[in-house]
Amino acid sequence: MKKLTAMLLIVFMVLGLFAGCGSDAANPSNPSQAGGETTAAKDIKVGFIFLHDENSTYDKNFIDAANEVKKALGLSDDQVIFKTNVPESNECYEAAADLADRGCDVVFADSFGHEPFMAQAAQEFPDVQFCHATGTTAHTAGLANFHNAFASIYEGRYLAGIAAGMKLNEMIEKGEFTAEEAKIGYVGAFTYAEVISGYTSFFLGARSVCPSVTMEVQFTGSWYDETAEKEAANTLINRGCKLISQHADSMGAPTACETAGVPNVSYNGSTLAACPNTFIVSSRINWAPYMTYMIESVMNGTAIDADWSKGVQEGAVVLTDLNEKAAAAGTAEAIEQAKQKMAAGELHVFDTATFTVKGESLTSYMADVDTDANYTPDTEVVSDGYFHESEMRSAPYFDLRIDGITTLNEAFG
Amino acid sequence: MSKKNTHVQEPLFHIVKRGAMVWWRAWMVRAVAVLAALVVCGVITVCLTGQNPFGVYATMFDGAFGTKRRIWGLAQNVAMLLCVSLAVTPAFKMKFWNIGAEGQVLIGGLATAACMILFGDKLPTGVLFLVMIVSSIVGGAIWAVIPAYFRAKWNTNETLFTLMMNYIAIQLVSFFTYEWSVPKGSGQIGVINSATRAGWMPSLFGHPYLLNIIVVVALTVLMYIYLNYTKHGYEIEVVGESENTARYIGVNIKKVIVRTMIVSGGLCGVTGLLLVSGTDHTLTRDLAAGRGFTAIMVAWLAKFNPFYMVLTSFLIVFLQKGAVEISTIYGLNASFSDILTGIIIFFIIGSEFFVNYSIKVRESKKEGVSSC
Repeated sequence: MKKLTAMLLIVFMVLGLFAGCGSDAANPSNPSQAGGETTAAKDIKVGFIFLHDENSTYDKNFIDAANEVKKALGLSDDQVIFKTNVPESNECYEAAADLADRGCDVVFADSFGHEPFMAQAAQEFPDVQFCHATGTTAHTAGLANFHNAFASIYEGRYLAGIAAGMKLNEMIEKGEFTAEEAKIGYVGAFTYAEVISGYTSFFLGARSVCPSVTMEVQFTGSWYDETAEKEAANTLINRGCKLISQHADSMGAPTACETAGVPNVSYNGSTLAACPNTFIVSSRINWAPYMTYMIESVMNGTAIDADWSKGVQEGAVVLTDLNEKAAAAGTAEAIEQAKQKMAAGELHVFDTATFTVKGESLTSYMADVDTDANYTPDTEVVSDGYFHESEMRSAPYFDLRIDGITTLNEAFG
Repeated sequence: MSKKNTHVQEPLFHIVKRGAMVWWRAWMVRAVAVLAALVVCGVITVCLTGQNPFGVYATMFDGAFGTKRRIWGLAQNVAMLLCVSLAVTPAFKMKFWNIGAEGQVLIGGLATAACMILFGDKLPTGVLFLVMIVSSIVGGAIWAVIPAYFRAKWNTNETLFTLMMNYIAIQLVSFFTYEWSVPKGSGQIGVINSATRAGWMPSLFGHPYLLNIIVVVALTVLMYIYLNYTKHGYEIEVVGESENTARYIGVNIKKVIVRTMIVSGGLCGVTGLLLVSGTDHTLTRDLAAGRGFTAIMVAWLAKFNPFYMVLTSFLIVFLQKGAVEISTIYGLNASFSDILTGIIIFFIIGSEFFVNYSIKVRESKKEGVSSC
């Protein structure tokens, strides 16, 4: 027995020695010796901070875009570092600082709560660019190397809304219900500007083709709660909603629609595989254009905008392929037409001629653009006959409750 | 079968309790366990991912020690885990299953954040710190003493009670993170007093975590003395070994339970203070980050010796840091590093079995034993 133990000990010790020796040669994080290649593309290093990993649809959207950009710009594995599962705490600062230590020229973080920690790192590393998605403070932070980005997702939602309106028209024509009964149900996460801006643009898109439509909104109080989203969708369907859309990250609402046979306009990506009979179309933010912009700006030595928000024209907001089985005839053409009008500047999503607030049309609105604790209104955002969403700041600030939409509950925090 | 054959078949091996093992042999067994764990991890790495296992281990080291910042980060995380471990130790030594350290840390953090937010611009620095320290300790202690009192008075189950208290603490923190959120309604407090830095623990010699680490080192020494050289420590040990013995020698068990949990909860509150005031400068539901549970393992592995706990908490934090680095460098899912950590901890816990027991293989007997 003793001998056996001794033998085992020796075997393990020898293996342990090997482990010690092998370490230096195999260490992949050693900085690769750049053999005289000095082109900017070879030297640049990009760090990404993600709240979760690819198991979250929210982060997957970012990770996919980062991989796409990495490939398109021909960056090697050594030049791109992903840090996943970084919580919204001091850990985020540590992760950003660690990426800067490793020689990253630009660091990107994907979650709202990462913002103060990214700003903290930006203060410490003035030579590194820190880009933060969905944040609100870069334009007032006074840091030249700290930037916010979002996308004008309301444009995509407006187009998706057209698809919804067309579907409702088709169902009315078929005699399934009267024009007055045309009601959309919307499952929202929180009662924030981001969600309000989203459902309002969606509703305005639908109403542009189906004038009699109304909408009910049910909030779940979570970005990801499959059960709550399913229940909210079922509540809305039981209340007589003929079509459902959602702004939350789980499959709860789409699957509830598939079970009930109610058409669904999705978000974050196609849900066609799980909902072949009810999925119409989906809008999502494509982060690749921003990531390309941010990396190329660093390569060219040009400044990155404090706020960046592009829309459908620039490919920052995209629609998935239409599901011909569920979508009404002529939907693709109607969307294309609206897209062209948007590009030509003839169509504005938040055109004040198309909606009223408490029975009156909007001529002036002070929005909370410069973030503060109490949402103090500080900037005039209505001019030239439309509400200028995402122009003063990348993150949405449209938080008006327009007529025609009923919110069934409220959910903050 | 024939009745006259009364020969009992001896099993192939059986397990015997060992006497006390010499300390260096015990540590050798543990070292072998770690090495064996590394070998198993290596095999699994190759089988599942095709990566070079030595490269993976080297990456782990790099993740923990690669840069000055990482070493500081490692030391800071060891200190925080150690602090919670020190806190739960007196309770567990008393065989009081305090599963509620997570909640006690949260309440300590909540109390600290409350002081920073409400009094940050009203009180002078010295007074503010005094208020923060007192309220975090009192907060943690209250959270611990409620289940302790119920256990002492009505013999309720402390495991369930302390566990439930965690959920209440989490909900309370959720409520206040909404209440104090910036901007209002966002559910995020953000960095507290980022302009004035009121209530932030000062950097010593330019190192923001140094003060945290010094505090925990001091607590480690104090806890060692408290457990081994004071009457309280003795009473804790006796109550833990046998309540009847304690009663026989005249120890007031109820008093010891309540008093010990005040110490335990108060120390958890201190951890909350160090995390909010000295590290994060914000309050989130994830403040404790599972340390309240990991600490239990740290304390048990170290057999409640505060100095051994430095080692065990170091080991666990090293594994965590290394595991994160693996998933970053190799693009592996974080679950893979959890698997590796799990294997290593399994072997370490398993090694305690071999320290306490030995396996006796059946002696082969001359008179031919038929096979079974």
